[in-house]
Amino acid sequence: MEYEVVIGCEVHVELKTKTKIFCSCPTDFGGEPNTHVCPVCLGLPGTLPVLNKKVLEYAIKAGLAMNCEIAHFSKFDRKNYFYPDLTKAYQISQFDLPICKNGYIDIETSEGKKKIGITRIHMEEDAGKLVHQGATITTSAGSLADYNRAGVPLIEIVSEPDMRSAEDVLAFLTNLKAIIEYTGVSDARMEQGSLRCDVNLSLRPAGQKEFGTRAEIKNLNSFRAVERVIKYEIDRQTDILESGGKVVQETRTWDDGKGMTFSLRSKEDSDEYRYFPDPDLTPIIVTDAYIEELRASLPELPQVKRARMIEEDGLPEYDAGVITASKALADFYDGVRAHYDDAKKISNWIMVELLAKVNAEGMELEAVKIQPEQMAALLKLVDSGDISGKIAKKVFAEMFATGKDPADIIKEQGLVQISDEDALKEMVSHVVEANPKSVEDYKAGKTKAMGFLVGQIMKQSRGQANPAVINKLLAEKLDSM
Amino acid sequence: MNKIVIDDMFLTTDMPTTAGSKMLEGYTSLFEAEVLTRLKAADYVIAGKTKVGEFGADLLGETCYFGAEYEGETLQYPAAAAVKSGDAKAAVVMDVNGAPRRGAAQNGLVSLKPTYGRVSRYGTIPVACSGETVGVIANNAADCRDVFTAMAGYDSKDGTSLPESMTEQGKAAVTKKNKVVVLSSMLKGTDEAVQGRIAAVTDQFTKNGIEVVVADADVVAYAGAAWNILMSAELCNNVSRYDGVKYGYRTKNYTNIDELYTNSRTEAFGEFLKSAILFGSETLSTENYKKVYDKALRVRRVIRDNMAALLADCDALLMPAASALAYSRTLVEGDKYLPYKENFFTAPASITGLPAVIAGGVQLVGNAFSEDLLLDLAELV
Ligand SMILES: [Zn+2]
Repeated sequence: MEYEVVIGCEVHVELKTKTKIFCSCPTDFGGEPNTHVCPVCLGLPGTLPVLNKKVLEYAIKAGLAMNCEIAHFSKFDRKNYFYPDLTKAYQISQFDLPICKNGYIDIETSEGKKKIGITRIHMEEDAGKLVHQGATITTSAGSLADYNRAGVPLIEIVSEPDMRSAEDVLAFLTNLKAIIEYTGVSDARMEQGSLRCDVNLSLRPAGQKEFGTRAEIKNLNSFRAVERVIKYEIDRQTDILESGGKVVQETRTWDDGKGMTFSLRSKEDSDEYRYFPDPDLTPIIVTDAYIEELRASLPELPQVKRARMIEEDGLPEYDAGVITASKALADFYDGVRAHYDDAKKISNWIMVELLAKVNAEGMELEAVKIQPEQMAALLKLVDSGDISGKIAKKVFAEMFATGKDPADIIKEQGLVQISDEDALKEMVSHVVEANPKSVEDYKAGKTKAMGFLVGQIMKQSRGQANPAVINKLLAEKLDSM
Repeated sequence: MNKIVIDDMFLTTDMPTTAGSKMLEGYTSLFEAEVLTRLKAADYVIAGKTKVGEFGADLLGETCYFGAEYEGETLQYPAAAAVKSGDAKAAVVMDVNGAPRRGAAQNGLVSLKPTYGRVSRYGTIPVACSGETVGVIANNAADCRDVFTAMAGYDSKDGTSLPESMTEQGKAAVTKKNKVVVLSSMLKGTDEAVQGRIAAVTDQFTKNGIEVVVADADVVAYAGAAWNILMSAELCNNVSRYDGVKYGYRTKNYTNIDELYTNSRTEAFGEFLKSAILFGSETLSTENYKKVYDKALRVRRVIRDNMAALLADCDALLMPAASALAYSRTLVEGDKYLPYKENFFTAPASITGLPAVIAGGVQLVGNAFSEDLLLDLAELV
């Protein structure tokens, strides 16, 4: 039978506030265990949460960037469950009145364009981290708890089940990540865990309206894992249905090493969270004026920037897509563009030279040492004929490694292109005298010899001679002989 | 010297805070309750802690793990006893389920339960966060006023603490009407002694030119039932953090995390608390939330509106603080659900967050921010 795949996502994004959601502990990564904690985030009795207003601002910004309605009245709820990574035995989250709802993200795939609905976005606190001596908490003699992440603000973005393939999901996540990055509310880095994705996947016979039973696969932390999980789950569920079985509604976990998902718990055991309104946090009232103020403060979002690059700068769609998928890349492009006019040349250098180096080094774009002004200066040096395209690549490599100005590199390494005819005439004469055989060959009609002579001159100039001038001078010299 | 005692619900760094539970036996806090810092700054000296029932949710401290206090065969509230005996000028108390008000009424003392949000709850053991309030018990209204003034005011560490601007506005809106309303529906089930106190206080007011009228308000009589639901649900949630993992009592009898949780809690919590946990947990289940917990929230709003309407043209609602002015050992030990029944009288102020004053063995519930006016009335009793 032909099955249609139905996928929805729940994405957790760690907000980039300086302090935690309900206390003033830092949110920085990488502290020694339990050094970024205080009585409040440790949930000690007698402490009370006080909302960090930045969290509300960031959540609303994310919602606006995803075309959501912002709730004028919203509240926090307590979600109850026992687990040692949770300091109070409840997580402060939002249940029935989330801060944002009914939004969407545009995606474009090989199937065309479509909108992926955003059901809701809510605010909540992160839990701590457990390190087990054995494989799990139940099989370990002991477990260690680190509460540095406890109380770090999160938003959970819940999509509608609007996706039909891994390609849809990857396009959705790519765009979601870019939007989050652009708004500046999070670094949205999957590898650091500041963006985590749960996938809800079900199958239904093609043409059927009702959804099939879904499995929820938790805590995927790379795009590759998301892609692999979807492929795996489609196969797993198809096998079950084909053999006449029933898919069980459950939470599953992905084992990246084995390339398989495993059942974590069935839905019946896990649904009872006993949510109720948190009495320690007063309801959140948001005014229209505040919403509009935040809307006005939003930067240009990827979708808009992409359209501008295509329409105003004349970039191909592909280039604009690659550049705008990353805020750092788009910012770099804009920076160069402010000092240099030829958009396509900028795009070529970014797409070919810059990305190749970044990928080869496996580094973050934010760590690139080249400043946009320096990149513009390099392109201008090529245009003016001061250096050849070939030398420019050499200079670029040096800029990438050291962050130095291109002019300084050229000076230090003596890389300026020699176009001065007097200086080059001498070199031409010298090479012609040193290679009588080639001159004879040329005179005898072997034009190949010309190439050899040019090569010799270039070699003598250490690549700096202007090839066009050499060609002209050599031809003159040979013709005069 | 301004010697005070404090309920064992306030966190102290120089002595343990147990909330009357084996779970927190020997637990010493890393920080001090905000009210204590303020009281010390106002030259109050903390003479010691008074015992409370487990997590302060019972009648008069009878569920305290460290033992209930009886005077002869009469149950006594330790904080009230300390004030009455002259050991302390005042007691700073935690009003979770009305125990301090019952204690003050029983001993003929004056007690203030302020408007919710006027005194910081930072550093108090949380039990029923949506309604519990820091209060005072003293020999007279003047001492209550002094202690209240020293500890009240905005605290940025408490998200429910009322900003000064709001308090000033609220206080300015309180106008004296020289009228008190006796709620006849709240006299249900009271004994002769209590009815006698109501009559005596009524006389006293009339003599002082205050008009006393009787009104019926059936809705207010549902406050106890609604508060039992809200309080138990919040209690259940708030004591969940005592799981034997990070601090507090840990069982020796476990081989895995589930046994660690279950056995620690089973061994450390008392019977009354367990019943509240189970009841609270049930009210929040998916099955019951809408028809029980959510309904209680709606009842709370109706009562709030109802009492606001009643208070619009009077200074206070006069009602008993308890069904009797003394509880015998036989009664207390024979009926474990007494705290759920007796809060019929204290719940209206707990559930609405309105201020209440105990004087002459009766209770006066007033408009928000009307503490001064209520204490003025108490001085007439
Ligand atoms: Zn903290």
